Amino acid sequence: MDAEAAKLLGAGLAAIGCGLAALGVGNVFASFLEGALRNPGAADGQQGRLFIGFAGSELLGLLAFVIAILLIVG
Amino acid sequence: MAPRYEREFKVAAEEGKVDPMHQFTIEPLGSWANWDMNGVNIAFTNSALWMMITAILVIVFVQMGTKQQLIPGRWQVAVESLTGFIDNLVQSSIGKEGRKYIPYIFTLFTFILFGNLLGLLPLGLVGVHPFTFTSHFSVTGVLAIMSFSIVLAVGFWKHGLKFFTLFVPHGTPIFMLPIIAPIEFISFMVRPFSLALRLFVAMMAGHILLKVFAGFVISGGLGGIGTGLIVSLPSIIMMVAISALEILVAGIQAYVFALLTALYINDAEHLH
Repeated sequence: MDAEAAKLLGAGLAAIGCGLAALGVGNVFASFLEGALRNPGAADGQQGRLFIGFAGSELLGLLAFVIAILLIVG
Repeated sequence: MAPRYEREFKVAAEEGKVDPMHQFTIEPLGSWANWDMNGVNIAFTNSALWMMITAILVIVFVQMGTKQQLIPGRWQVAVESLTGFIDNLVQSSIGKEGRKYIPYIFTLFTFILFGNLLGLLPLGLVGVHPFTFTSHFSVTGVLAIMSFSIVLAVGFWKHGLKFFTLFVPHGTPIFMLPIIAPIEFISFMVRPFSLALRLFVAMMAGHILLKVFAGFVISGGLGGIGTGLIVSLPSIIMMVAISALEILVAGIQAYVFALLTALYINDAEHLH
């Protein structure tokens, strides 16, 4: 296989990681909302934890994006 | 349409696409281009210029709100709600000892927030191209290293060599130590990288996305009325939506950076 073609294929494969991270981020917010609707009084106190979870799962999607960009541009 | 833009559109069309990475080029400004010190170029760049603009804006914004009127005006309320927000964040994640870190975390938060938002301003319409300095790893890396150094300095200053017990969570069985301690150590050492990488990639990704859609709008419009309606119109609607999302991301990333810094400092203050 041509090296350039393999690079582009790899970038496309890395994009799967971005999609999976989207599932993760959605899961974080869905669970938060589920809990918040059951007990709205406790929801505000957990916002910091919500964003920690968001940041953690978002980072992996961003890493996949970095790999894709490195394969295309770098 | 101004002839200047027409020319730019034509150039973009002839090249076949808009280069989405061009917005991140760092250029020396004016006659500073050849300044060097011991062979290292220390030119004043567009990145440095926008960092200075951000710093000045933050200072002006805060100064205008600290006249300490008995009955606060709108500006003072805005500044007080911002300081109150950071105060709340630090209190809830570090606790009482967190008060001395409020200036640092407030500076970090406002600097990143203003930088992110300034980079999104549509100043291109008047010919000034805003530069998002937070979309560069060198800038976010320095910010992250600053946070990490504070964590290390506070940790070793306060706890001495006991700081290393950070790598041993409470109640770890002794035979699990060879596995747990290296994992904790790696997760600790990865922190500055993840902190810097998150901000830089989130900002870069959004800006690339905007420019890619802008390229669709231009090439669709040049293709005629048909492709204009099918390609350009949805793209430009998409761009409006993405711009709104980017404003949200700008706020969230600044918040996450400040929050994680506070949490890491909390680790150093209290160990586990």
